[in-house]
Amino acid sequence: MGKPIVNYSKIHKSFGDVDVLKGINLDIKPGEKVALIGPSGSGKTTIIRMLMTLEQPTSGTILVNGENLWQMEKKGQLVPSDDKHLHAIRGDIGMVFQHFNLFPHMTIVENCMLAPALAKKNDKKEVKIQAVEMLEKVGLGDKINLYPAQLSGGQKQRVAMARALMMKPKVMLFDEVTSALDPELVGEVLEVIRDLAKEGEMAMILVTHEMDFALDIADRILFLNEGVIEEEGPPSELLVNPKSERLQDFLARFNKR
Amino acid sequence: MTWDWGVFFEVIPLIFKGLWITIGLTIACYLFAMIFGFFWVFVARIPSKTISWIFRWIAEFIRSTPPLVQLFFIFYAWPMVPVVGVTLNPFVAAILGLGLHFSTYLSEVYRSGIESVDKGQWEASTALNLSTKQKWLKIILPQAIPPTIPMLGNYLIIMFKEVPLASTIGVVAMLHMANDYGAQHWKYVEPLTVVALFFLLLSYPSALLISKLEKKYNRRFDKKTISTL
Ligand SMILES: Nc1ncnc2c1ncn2[C@@H]1O[C@H](COP(=O)(O)OP(=O)(O)O)[C@@H](O)[C@H]1O
Ligand SMILES: [Mg+2]
Repeated sequence: MGKPIVNYSKIHKSFGDVDVLKGINLDIKPGEKVALIGPSGSGKTTIIRMLMTLEQPTSGTILVNGENLWQMEKKGQLVPSDDKHLHAIRGDIGMVFQHFNLFPHMTIVENCMLAPALAKKNDKKEVKIQAVEMLEKVGLGDKINLYPAQLSGGQKQRVAMARALMMKPKVMLFDEVTSALDPELVGEVLEVIRDLAKEGEMAMILVTHEMDFALDIADRILFLNEGVIEEEGPPSELLVNPKSERLQDFLARFNKR
Repeated sequence: MTWDWGVFFEVIPLIFKGLWITIGLTIACYLFAMIFGFFWVFVARIPSKTISWIFRWIAEFIRSTPPLVQLFFIFYAWPMVPVVGVTLNPFVAAILGLGLHFSTYLSEVYRSGIESVDKGQWEASTALNLSTKQKWLKIILPQAIPPTIPMLGNYLIIMFKEVPLASTIGVVAMLHMANDYGAQHWKYVEPLTVVALFFLLLSYPSALLISKLEKKYNRRFDKKTISTL
């Protein structure tokens, strides 16, 4: 599959004097679907937030398409990235949040149109057509003029996905996107993600507690524990025959629920 | 003394003229305060700790000293300051003095509005690769400002009632006119009553309007009130 679209190397992250991530090395290939599992507080969210440029690593490098995300060259020296540098790179990354973060003052079609309309000198009509198509794709074609407050949690999350997809990212990050939903709404959101995964060309990193789902769609699962990737492998191997004791414990706790 | 209806009706048109000056001055001061209020918000966000700290203290200082002192300073003391001192016309001095004073209050209103916007809104804007300017103009301010409109309105009314302070540096508006009339005719009660009535006539309906706005904006993003179905 060629060179990685995302590469983490020796990534450390601390908040104050708490070391949250202690040396993360990770390659994501173009189109690869990776599920990130692990106990709460193990640093899953932090890993993907650094790629979305919402959090800066304490040390180490992240490459996106071979380009250094958090550092840039200036007069022959590596210096921390400025806004412009981050802006140029993060167009390849999209993110769906646990709590949707839709813009409440806009209709859902406006939510989807905003960024592409601002980003390029696109024709507004063309952007609108695309936005409507995207909302149809997530099953909300009849709701385009509603406001986020008028939707259920599952519908909001599908809008959030449509909005992120409008930017045509090469890597999409999902941070426990079903954990704020009522149980009966989880299925409709997972269904949309499953369809996206089948389309194939977009890489995905999914932080999730839905083990069956991970087993189903992921090419690879990473088990994060106490700031390191403790174990990784294809889902059939990792979930069925976990090697480390910690992963065994973690999975046992899940199966009990 | 006896109440003289003749005087009362005689001063109404006279003071009515002053009313327009008072209203004009209020609007000018308020516009200045609204714009300058953003200045304080902006400088408080400058990454340099020292600079933002200095400006925070200047704003704090302006907020905690009486506006009358500031008016006197700008009008009487500033012209005597070497190099930067200039003599200002009373109207301009009033706009600067009262506008500056209230800008520090409005900046607090803006700040509270901005802080009330969920952190996730910033993060989603970053994830969609919006520029800093786009984040502010399209996402943050459109959510931060509407809920503060009632508070902003309250400050407009408070400012309207503070504007007579400008008569102390010679701005001839309602109060000043009433006072002059009183001095000439030795009749103070009627003209000052008219002034009070005019203030009441404007302040009270404005206050009602603001409480209406308050209800409207509190419901703004609610399901039921959105009619664009
Ligand atoms: N902004 C922050 N400031 C301080 N501590 C943080 C911050 N973000 C996360 N942490 C801490 O980092 C650890 C990992 O958090 P997180 O990445 O959210 O874990 P997970 O998503 O696996 O539950 C937690 O202990 C959390 O309290
Ligand atoms: Mg998390």
